Amino acid sequence: MHHHLILRVVAKLFLPFILLFALYVQWHGDYGPGGGFQAGVIFAVGFILYALVYGVDALVKVVSVKMLVIGMTAGLLIYAGTGVVALFTGVDYLDYSHLAHDPVHGQEWGILFVELGVGIAVASAMTAIFVAFSTREADIDDEDW
Amino acid sequence: MSTIIVDLILFCFMVLTAVAIMRLTNLFAITMLAGLFSLLAAALFVTLDAVDVAFTEAAVGAGISTVLMLGALALTVREEKPISHSIIIPVVCCFVTGAALIYGTLDMPAFGSPDSPVQTHVGGTYIERTKADTGVPNIVTAVLASYRGYDTLGETTVIFVAAISVLLLIGVPRKGASSRKKDEEA
Repeated sequence: MHHHLILRVVAKLFLPFILLFALYVQWHGDYGPGGGFQAGVIFAVGFILYALVYGVDALVKVVSVKMLVIGMTAGLLIYAGTGVVALFTGVDYLDYSHLAHDPVHGQEWGILFVELGVGIAVASAMTAIFVAFSTREADIDDEDW
Repeated sequence: MSTIIVDLILFCFMVLTAVAIMRLTNLFAITMLAGLFSLLAAALFVTLDAVDVAFTEAAVGAGISTVLMLGALALTVREEKPISHSIIIPVVCCFVTGAALIYGTLDMPAFGSPDSPVQTHVGGTYIERTKADTGVPNIVTAVLASYRGYDTLGETTVIFVAAISVLLLIGVPRKGASSRKKDEEA
């Protein structure tokens, strides 16, 4: 896509805002619509847009497939690990009541952590699926569309 | 009244999109229309005040899945194969299933009815207790991450397994052997 100058410039201009919006959705999920899942998807969309305009090879230079696999595993482990930490505080699995000095604060921390886990897992998984699909064969010619 | 008009317009557009998807044979056009269908569904969820669901539908249904479908499309042909067999049995199947689903909705409580199971069981408890229990103003987030934490853990695992399966089945080329290079060698 070397000749799509407008597309390249606009994509580059949009990228920081997409990623910032993803972070906003992630951390603002307690107060408004959104949360880890949506944030993860939007974050992945930022990477996918980059790959669509600049090529998958450029994306793999930024985040390797190994990093994506580590990311999705880490996300799931953060979620499951929050539950295990809750177990060690003497309550049920995934009961966040004892994670802080009082139950309400504990719940807030717990929700924050599991949402973070979901966000990381979803963002990595979506990007990994896209990379797997699009490195399978050469991009089709622009004329074919 | 105005919401009914908006709902009607959205439903009409959804039906038109579905009919267009059925009649088209160009897979690229079908993929884009499927994304449009998801976007209309998201708009419909907004009119139902389900903004969290609408958000997810717009991001996943209209966004990511369209891109993934396009990625899959790049690996296959552009046009649907012509149908070589009789369409009577599929049409009968569709109509019977559709009729059964519509028959099923007849037993459902009216929209917004206060007696419906949604309102009379745990829903009210969540609304009453979420603020005191978790301090989180968005009840949907509290239900997803705290009250129903196990379900969300399961969903995250499903996405993890999906990505792992795609990587195992399709795989990615080793470092250095980019897709374009392979194509040139072939």
